[in-house]
Amino acid sequence: MLSKKNKEALFNPLSKDNPVLVQILGICSTLAVTASLKPAIVMGIAVIAVLAFSNVIISLIRTTIPTTIRIIVQLVVVAALVIIVQQFLVAYTYDVSKQLSVFIGLIITNCILMGRLEAFALNNRPWPAFLDGIGNGLGYTAILVIVAFFRELLGSGTLLGCHVIPQWCYDHGYENNGLMILPPMALITVACIIWVHRARNKELQELN
Amino acid sequence: MKSLRKYMNKIKPAFMPGGRLAKLQSVYDGMETFLFTPNTTSASGVHIHDGNDLKRTMITVVVALLPCLLFGMYNIGLQHFLAIGQPAASFWTMFLYGLLALLPCIVVSYVVGLGIEFIAAQIHHKEIQEGFLVTGILIPLIVPVNTPLWMVAVATAFAVVFAKEVFGGTGMNIFNVALITRAFLFFAYPSRMSGDTAFVKTDGILGIGDGQVVDGFTGATPLGQLATHVGDTLQLNNVVGTPIGTCDAFMGTIAGSPGETSMVAILIGAALLLITGIASWRVMCSVFAGGLAMAAVAHACPTPAYAASLLDPLAQLCYGGFAFAAVFMATDPVTGARTRIGQYIYGFMIGVLAILIRVYNGGYPEGAMLAVLLMNAFAPLIDHCVVSFNIKRRARRAAAK
Repeated sequence: MLSKKNKEALFNPLSKDNPVLVQILGICSTLAVTASLKPAIVMGIAVIAVLAFSNVIISLIRTTIPTTIRIIVQLVVVAALVIIVQQFLVAYTYDVSKQLSVFIGLIITNCILMGRLEAFALNNRPWPAFLDGIGNGLGYTAILVIVAFFRELLGSGTLLGCHVIPQWCYDHGYENNGLMILPPMALITVACIIWVHRARNKELQELN
Repeated sequence: MKSLRKYMNKIKPAFMPGGRLAKLQSVYDGMETFLFTPNTTSASGVHIHDGNDLKRTMITVVVALLPCLLFGMYNIGLQHFLAIGQPAASFWTMFLYGLLALLPCIVVSYVVGLGIEFIAAQIHHKEIQEGFLVTGILIPLIVPVNTPLWMVAVATAFAVVFAKEVFGGTGMNIFNVALITRAFLFFAYPSRMSGDTAFVKTDGILGIGDGQVVDGFTGATPLGQLATHVGDTLQLNNVVGTPIGTCDAFMGTIAGSPGETSMVAILIGAALLLITGIASWRVMCSVFAGGLAMAAVAHACPTPAYAASLLDPLAQLCYGGFAFAAVFMATDPVTGARTRIGQYIYGFMIGVLAILIRVYNGGYPEGAMLAVLLMNAFAPLIDHCVVSFNIKRRARRAAAK
């Protein structure tokens, strides 16, 4: 079940082959949904679900898809899954789905999805493809959660909506940083994470 | 001097590789070149050498900033004593008050900025560059006097790390570091950077200037008043409601960030920069030309909805941070355009954009900061276009022969 290759498919995307940090994919939604922690987590789960199941479905029918129309087939599969996820969110977490607005729908244009389908699902069996989807989804979610953690903490002084910075600090002149709520700071936060990540993984550093 | 030289020589081995304090080599190196002219010479080839090195350039700019700094201190005091209803306070009391108000900000900006520069130089095993000398004095001059010191520290650290060190340090930055500091503060803590409470200090410091704020006090700057102005006729007031005109704005006795209010002080600095050839007159003049042109266009069709269009063009240049940005920010040789034609375009666009944002964007009372930062981003593109146009022109000329 978890051979060496499968383990790589599951765990590599968490760090050495992270879709956001190393492949620089999915940046758009990383900027858009990370102003607070809750939408970021929901978004992450939605991407994991869509990625894992679309990988499995494409992998199952990989031998029957004509190469010339494979992109359209992939899009149909992803779109169907995205709509299911979207309806699910509207049914059970209505306010979060309002916050995420178009970005759930835009999972379909997330480069990570098409990238994994093209690069992995089309050439692998369903079980490794499933693990690959879970791994990449988790790698994406991890970055989303880290970025959202810092943005919500410094920008609003809350975590998951609860006030964590004590009133004492505000009384002594502390103020929330309004810039953290604005999208540019998400980019700089991602840049900082990449900075730390490359510093710890020297083999990923480009030599000019 | 000799004993200092001897002392420096004595402690040198400790800072060299292998020494006890080898980690602090760049600090020693920085201090040594600060105190003495380096005695190293190039070993081969012919070198044209100019005494006007980076250090002297930076010091000249700092000297050019001194009139603004001193007047800013006086003006902080003046606005304060106006606000507490003691306009007859002596000049030196006002100056001392302003000095005490501004000094902590200067110290914080230098300590944080230079601290990061020292650490970065140490990590990269490079010499300490003098670039922060100017930035460190610019920052207190362009942030409102009531900005809390920790905010200045956070913003300075952010700007030095993300606008300067990640690009490779002094001379490599794309954006003006001092303006990034201000932009960070502006977007992160908007309530502290505009409005009625930001620009006039009303509490006493160390027993100087204690007193109650008089009735009718408003801390809004002239541009702040413009942003909230309603009606067809325009009358700007000072902090206690007395009408002011362009003459006051020219002298600088109005509310605003410490360095930006006085046109006189800025022009003295500008003269010094131009005489010494540190700043480009092309950029400086074209910023003013662009500002005048845009202000004239705005003034040609005055609309009460955009109150700033009621100001005549010359008044536009005197209010707010426009002149300060034109003289000290736009002329930064690192972030500006370098080709001659490029400098005209770059400066003119800064002038146009600054007035355009100021007049027609209600969200931003002053546009100089955003205009300079925006054109910083475009400067390499302008240079590229000018250079490639020149190459094409010369290629055509060669082909025609």
